Amino acid sequence: MSDVASNTPLANQDGEDTVWVQELSLIDSVPRSIAMIFVFVVFVGTWQLVTALEMVSPIILPTPWETLMDMLFVGKNLLTGGYMLGALWITIQEVILGFALAIAIGFSLGILVGETAFGEKAVMPYLVAIDTMPKVAFAPLFVAWLGFGIESKVALAAFIATFPIVVGTAAGLHSADENARMLFKTMGATRLQTLFKMKLPSGLPQIFTGLKIGAVGVMAGAITGEFLGGGKGFGELIRVAASQLNTPRVFSLILYLSLVGLVVYLLVMYAQRKIVFWHEERVGAHD
Amino acid sequence: MNTAVALDKTGSPLSEPVYELSNVSKTYARNLVVALEDVSLTLRKGSFTSVIGSSGCGKSTLLKIMAGLIPPSQGRVTLQGQPVTGTRRDIGMMFQQATLFPWKTAVENIVLPIEIRDGKAAATKALGKAHELLEIVGLKGFEDVYPNELSGGMAQRASICRMLITEPAVLLLDEPFSALDELSRDMMNMELQRICREQDATAFLVTHSIQEAVILSDEIVVMKPRPGRVAEVVKVDLPRPRTLDMMTTPKFGEIVDYIRGMLDKGEDL
Ligand SMILES: Nc1ncnc2c1ncn2[C@@H]1O[C@H](COP(=O)(O)OP(=O)(O)OP(=O)(O)O)[C@@H](O)[C@H]1O
Ligand SMILES: [Mg+2]
Repeated sequence: MSDVASNTPLANQDGEDTVWVQELSLIDSVPRSIAMIFVFVVFVGTWQLVTALEMVSPIILPTPWETLMDMLFVGKNLLTGGYMLGALWITIQEVILGFALAIAIGFSLGILVGETAFGEKAVMPYLVAIDTMPKVAFAPLFVAWLGFGIESKVALAAFIATFPIVVGTAAGLHSADENARMLFKTMGATRLQTLFKMKLPSGLPQIFTGLKIGAVGVMAGAITGEFLGGGKGFGELIRVAASQLNTPRVFSLILYLSLVGLVVYLLVMYAQRKIVFWHEERVGAHD
Repeated sequence: MNTAVALDKTGSPLSEPVYELSNVSKTYARNLVVALEDVSLTLRKGSFTSVIGSSGCGKSTLLKIMAGLIPPSQGRVTLQGQPVTGTRRDIGMMFQQATLFPWKTAVENIVLPIEIRDGKAAATKALGKAHELLEIVGLKGFEDVYPNELSGGMAQRASICRMLITEPAVLLLDEPFSALDELSRDMMNMELQRICREQDATAFLVTHSIQEAVILSDEIVVMKPRPGRVAEVVKVDLPRPRTLDMMTTPKFGEIVDYIRGMLDKGEDL
């Protein structure tokens, strides 16, 4: 009896492939592009509805159509080398210089804090203290020290972006695993060799996390600097448009600005992919 | 007791001592765990010694102290007449985990010790040797593969090559083949024996496999846990070079049984 019972299912299994599909819930299996378009349509649809029904005043919220028209106008001005292009270029310079400065300072301080006991004991507490301050409040100081030119904006942008880079670098240096440290010791590596050939590469994922947070902060810093310290950048255009109650213009300027921020962020992401190629960042719920 | 098993260090082939440990103890300050208590050992040049003992009895600790990675709390370690007070060039060490660096390919990982000691140019020159070593351990064709594409056993084999490339006089091995299947493990063990003989290297191996310990070693240090200490040093007088078919001889079986008995007893304590 037991013979028969165990034989039948075996014969059945024979020759049947057990290829099976991993189940994915419906919402996770939607392709990215369709999902993104869906969210966009819902967003703009709601927006259109709210403005069409005049639930809010047009001065507060323009219609999507008005905004699009204004974006085309601004886009034309930018493409034909109008005054807006000059303003955008100033802001882009502030962002690039601010980010470069933040990387240089943040990286050096991160190594000081993450690698030396002195830095960790004596410098880190002050960094934490400064980091908890509302950094935007320093803007008037930077203007007083550096004037109304781009220098004060670069300084504020760098000031805001430096801290996440310090923290990322220090955390990265601490992340190297104990075995790797011991291995480098047995190989007779010097402190510098250990730092550059082992700790820094091991810490790159965290360093890039810091850079990405910094990339977002640098934009905020530059625009805040322009709001509070004048100048001729894109932030100034936004401020002027807002004071004239030209809300569609404010919207379209912000959208163009976010493009610049996006490009900076994507550049950092791209660098991360190239440099930290071995480290796979899990983004979604699926492989 | 058994005649095949000599109980102490009498009448060994008297080559000069390389490593000498006297009354080494280690208490970890962090948690006050007594990892080692009063361990004394002598390793002679060209000898092969294994350490066996239950998990947590201080084998890795002992190895780290010998390598100069951590200081003992008490006692004295000397290597080739000089006290060990830090890591040294003539020691090659392999850890329980393979620890390959993911941003370097297999060969680049292997020549890393050369790169660190003598610079990039020397490392480039050593690439040929790295390829040979990879072939010996059966990783031909995986030279330019990054570690996250290697299996655990493959990574261990690559890290063996990394240790061997500098031709160290002393090899300290912490369960180097734990991730290998039995067949490749036997093969790697024979390869290890050959390399040790060729370079006249002194080897000190931590293992959980009694068979592996017996087939490779001149002496087996059996350790007891809590606190970690040496229960007995068992001499293996099988002829050299060892071959895999010695594993079927009665003498081999006797020694294995003897050690197993001792470890079982340790379990009861
Ligand atoms: N860095 C450390 N700090 C504190 N205690 C430690 C440390 N490393 C090991 N120990 C303790 O020392 C004891 C011996 O550890 P060790 O790693 O030497 O054991 P082992 O014999 O190598 O074990 P296994 O066979 O599992 O590798 C253990 O009780 C462990 O908890
Ligand atoms: Mg161990």
